[in-house]
Amino acid sequence: MPNNITLTTTETFRTFRRNWLSVIGGLLVLAVFVVAVLAPWISPHDPSKIDVKHILVGPTVEHPFGTDELGRDVLARMIYGARISLEVGFVAIGIATLIGILVGAIAGFYGGYIDSAFMRFVDIMLSIPTIFLVLAVIAILEPNIMNIMIVIGLTSWMEPARLVRAEFIAIKEREYVTAARALGATDFRIIFKHILPNGLSPILVSATMGIGGAILVESGLSFLGLGVQPPTPSWGSLLSSGKDNIEIAWWLSAFPGLAILITVLGYNLLGEGIRDALDPRQRE
Amino acid sequence: MLFYSLKRLLLMVPILLGITVLSFTIMHMAPGGPAEAQMEFSAKASAEARERLRKLYGADQPVHKQYITWLRKFVTLDFGEAFADGRKVKDKILERLPITLTINLLSLAVVLLLAIPIGILSATHQYSSLDRFTTIFVFVGYSMPHFWLALLLIYFFGVQWGLLPISGLQSLDLTGLSGWDRLMDKANHLVLPVFVSAVGGLAGFSRYMRNNMLEVLRQDYIRTARAKGLSENVVVYKHALRNALMPVITILGLSLPGIIGGSVIMEQVFGIPGMGQLMYQAVFSRDYNVAMGVLVPAAGLTMLGNFLADIGYALTDPRVRLK
Repeated sequence: MPNNITLTTTETFRTFRRNWLSVIGGLLVLAVFVVAVLAPWISPHDPSKIDVKHILVGPTVEHPFGTDELGRDVLARMIYGARISLEVGFVAIGIATLIGILVGAIAGFYGGYIDSAFMRFVDIMLSIPTIFLVLAVIAILEPNIMNIMIVIGLTSWMEPARLVRAEFIAIKEREYVTAARALGATDFRIIFKHILPNGLSPILVSATMGIGGAILVESGLSFLGLGVQPPTPSWGSLLSSGKDNIEIAWWLSAFPGLAILITVLGYNLLGEGIRDALDPRQRE
Repeated sequence: MLFYSLKRLLLMVPILLGITVLSFTIMHMAPGGPAEAQMEFSAKASAEARERLRKLYGADQPVHKQYITWLRKFVTLDFGEAFADGRKVKDKILERLPITLTINLLSLAVVLLLAIPIGILSATHQYSSLDRFTTIFVFVGYSMPHFWLALLLIYFFGVQWGLLPISGLQSLDLTGLSGWDRLMDKANHLVLPVFVSAVGGLAGFSRYMRNNMLEVLRQDYIRTARAKGLSENVVVYKHALRNALMPVITILGLSLPGIIGGSVIMEQVFGIPGMGQLMYQAVFSRDYNVAMGVLVPAAGLTMLGNFLADIGYALTDPRVRLK
């Protein structure tokens, strides 16, 4: 058996590597991650250093991506912004995936009325426009990084929940689950030890793509002035302050947007690659 | 089938009720009410005046009583009045709906006109350079913040080249323009918003169309059609296309709420007074009647769209019969 598992893992990895788009995706994700981790060492300037003599300077050798309305270096702010944007993406999707797994596991495992009640609640959440939920919750909480992550998490757990539920319904009838039950395993043990590890792959795909989605939502919220608040540099807040000067300083909007595009693209390609590699039915 | 449809329709009532309860609760959890939101800028307003205003809005009642009052009126299709200006919510919605509808219907038309041919061509020429290009376009279209694209287009088309107006629905001064020029002025204002709204849909839809087409082209009946000696054009456009188009009904059903809803961010970028902006303002000024008036029909349409998508699918494809 162990031999068999290594074989499929190698095969999965091979399929993944054969797909050039997913390799690009993986490299983009890795590159942004490295930039975020190494920010203090690779940043050319201090991201919050104000320089009144060089306000709104276009791209030069000194400032490759120009400076903003306070003379701060845009590249440096973007490098530090990578930390914030990735943090928002990871934590928000972590919250969403956790809620999704709990709701989906309970609904799928127990079925019946519990399932109906949980899934009708998912229907309700999905029928209310996300932007309304986000706006209304932001009106309750202060717009700071922590709350942004919570809000995005609370409004994007429905898809993972449905995926987990479907996996649970399919897996709970398998022999090894019946065997575990016959051996007297508790529900808790069956759910988390026997079923969940076997149903994780669709969640892995949806979480990977979800990180990109969360970064996009954060940028949208920042654009409306409800996201990460200045002077903290998330890509969304950089883009949002860039829009006020779009007519005279295009670089303030162009580069942060490009960073978002590249990062989200990376996660989407990576997610698609993982899906293809894990799901042999989709192979052509 | 009929029984199933009826059951689904009936089930929509409790869900819609749940939606109203949930959104009403969330909105009332926010600190401050309509009276506070209105008096925020007049610090001198006496506590007495504030109390009068609260009473006027019914905000002095407990939340569940406010909800029941609201629901009683709502089921008779009375959306109430906006707190901000005392006008009927229905009127406010009706003056914004045509704007949002125009933009979204135009962009849906653009999406359909472009995505279907692109999808067909990239499926029939799988792995060609066209297919590779559209694959990249799809991923890029999905991955960028659309308001960023809007900003770039505003910069190039509006500021740099001065080709298109960048904001609003028409020029400020229309005097002296003939009827035709006025129409052209409005059309020019719509180009960028319609294009940007179409990008996301175009990416998703052309990918979807391509995958449908690939799926259908692999079927046995296509092999039979080819084996009969039919020309490739007849096989693709007659036999395959019809079957590949069926799932499109699903997508059309699912895009129903988006057509009415309007995008808050997009309307903000282009300064368009549409439905999204109305809801955005309503949520922040705690104008519960307006917010609920926009939200509940939108949520109802989402469910109706899902329902129609399922039914339409079952009607066009006899193999899919719902239990």
